[in-house]
Formats: sequence, structure tokens, C-alpha cells
Amino acid sequence: MKNKILCALIFTCLGATAPATPLEFDFKDPKGVNNVVFKTDAPLESINGVATGISGRVTFDPDNPGAVKGKIIVQASSLHVGNPMQKEHLHSDKWLDVAKYPEITFEVESAKNVKTQGNVTTADVTGKFSLHGVTKTITVPVKMTFLKDQLKARIPDKDGDLLVIRASFKIKRSDFGINPGQGEDKVSDDIELNLSIAGAAQR
Amino acid sequence: MRRILQRIAFALAAAAVVGWLALGANRGWTKTTVTRWEKDPVTEIDGPVVEKKFVPGIDLVAVCLTGALALFIASRFASKTKNRPVSSSS
Repeated sequence: MKNKILCALIFTCLGATAPATPLEFDFKDPKGVNNVVFKTDAPLESINGVATGISGRVTFDPDNPGAVKGKIIVQASSLHVGNPMQKEHLHSDKWLDVAKYPEITFEVESAKNVKTQGNVTTADVTGKFSLHGVTKTITVPVKMTFLKDQLKARIPDKDGDLLVIRASFKIKRSDFGINPGQGEDKVSDDIELNLSIAGAAQR
Repeated sequence: MRRILQRIAFALAAAAVVGWLALGANRGWTKTTVTRWEKDPVTEIDGPVVEKKFVPGIDLVAVCLTGALALFIASRFASKTKNRPVSSSS
């Protein structure tokens, strides 16, 4: 009996002192709010579009935010612009070729310059960015907001936490083999990307 | 015939300009959807809501004005003769 009590005490103490397990956040958003906005300059007006087909998983430890890992996937076919002809061109084999390259991905490898204030962490996240069949290692400034126990506020019948990730960065389409050196008088080589996504870690 | 073509040309040009002004005078490309942004109260992410809406751009106005001009030019080559009423033989 004494041994059982001792064992229970040891396990309780170990549990209390053990480091918190990183939480795994699922970024498939049932509400369709998660989005990536892209913007590129063109002569008549800048081309603005949005993609909402976002999924992926990120592991995040609120006690060690610098250890963030994971992968975010954007369905290339979900890229939308208001002009139907522009959308058709964007999806075609002359530009993104969404039939051949259906996914745009970012896989986190490491985080540097990690600063946490309250529930907000900023970091320079380095990872592999894949677009149009080309993968390059890039570093992106990221803001992560950990919303403890807030999943219920969003989806009433579920308990858990939320992680909001925001990032803004620029890429060059020529770096990813999208019409390199062509048509830059019509569509700029620079593409500005703004990512706003929320993931849920259900308990 | 000339008068009819000219009237069609003016009507097309006027409809294009008035329609463009009435539907927002969009100086960009024609759009068939517009994106409205709604803030999620929990995450504070502005989420897109894509709505079907026709917004004519200056490309459409340019096409209509070019068509109107083509009709007007064509009217210059059309005969001035009026259609004579068909006389009844009764």
C-alpha cells in the first residue's frame, strides 16, 4: 500500500515538473476565414487576389515558441481574383499551372530572433517555400498569437486553444520559374504575400 | 439606314458610360465578383467573403466605345435612302 502511494506521489511530482508537451494546431478552418492575400503590380491596376484553401499542421509550445515546427499548405486552385479572365490565366500552364502544381507549401525549419510579450511571439522563421514546382529556403517575419482556451469561443462544442499566425513577405515570381524575365511590363516580378491563419488544438 | 446605325452607336456609347458610372466607375478591369472582408471576433483575422457582383471596368467601356465608333463609321457608308412604305395594291 505504501509503495502504491509512493509511486502515485512520484508520478504526480514528475507530471508537475515535466515540460509542457508542444500543442499541435490544425489549420484546416471550417469557417473559411484563413487566407493568403497576394498583390502584384500591373499597368492598369494592381492585381489583388486571395486564397482560402488552406490546411496544414503546426506544433507550437507556448513555453518554447522558438521550437515551432510544421507545414502550411495552400491549394493553388483556391487562388481567386475578381476578373474571370485573369483568374483563368493565373491558373493556366502559362502562370501557376495549378493542374500540375496543385499545392503551394511552406515548411518551417527553424526560428530565430524569437521575442515573446504576453501571448504574442514574433520571430524570423526559416523554411522551405514551394511554388510552381520550385522549392527555395526563405526567411519570413512571423507573428504568432497564442489564444489559450479560445477554441470554444469560436466553435462552441469544442474545447482547446487557438494559434493565430500572421506573416507578410515578398517573393519574385522569376525565382520560382513563373515566366522568368517575361511580361514584367504587364505583371511585376515582385509578389507580395500576406498570410492570416488560425489553427486549432482540440483537447 | 444611316440614321438607325448612328442612333444605335450613340445608344451603345451612352449605355456603356452611364452603366459604368452607375456601377461604381471602376477604373480597373471588369470584375464578376467582389471580395468583402469580415473580421473574425475571436482571432481578429479579416476573412474574405466573395460575392457575385458585376463591376464593369474601363476595358468594357473601351470595347463598347470602340463598337460604337465602328458603327458610326459604318453608318457613313450606309445609304441615306429611307425605307419607303409599301404601297398596297388594293
